[in-house]
Amino acid sequence: MSMLLQLLGLLVIAAGAACFALGTIGLLRFPDTLSRLHALTKADSLGLGLVALGLLPFAESLGEALLPFLAWGLVLLSGATTAQLIAERARR
Amino acid sequence: MAEALLLLAALILAAVGLGLWRVLRGPDPADRLMAAQLLSTGGIAVLLILAAATRAAGLQETALVLALLGGLVSVAFVLAARLAGPR
Repeated sequence: MSMLLQLLGLLVIAAGAACFALGTIGLLRFPDTLSRLHALTKADSLGLGLVALGLLPFAESLGEALLPFLAWGLVLLSGATTAQLIAERARR
Repeated sequence: MAEALLLLAALILAAVGLGLWRVLRGPDPADRLMAAQLLSTGGIAVLLILAAATRAAGLQETALVLALLGGLVSVAFVLAARLAGPR
């Protein structure tokens, strides 16, 4: 059972890795600063969330399971804020 | 299982590392900052995966510190740009 869950976790982490790859492709290929910002801020928040979710079956204690989500929450907060700040600066 | 986790961590690191090309290219300073931001988020993901794969102590906490500092970088960047005045 736990083996099966861990395989499922690996799949979810792989989806997260794909999100990071998509964010990079967007950052490299999109034509202007604002669309690059858009690609980046969505892709990496989602990617980290999927990684945190996929790591759940590998955790050996409650704290170990919850800490990735704490880090994800921080990234969500700072990502949403900085996306606005950078966009405001890039528009000038 | 640990090997599969390490492989995925390497893939994420490679994807994020390629994004650093944007730091070289620019053209806007904001573009360079965004590539660094992607590296910070990707670094958090890699550290969390490594913590699960290797069971080394302190890796998860390092990821948490990186998450805290990653936000400060952008805020400092925008504040500095404001203080310097319009371009």
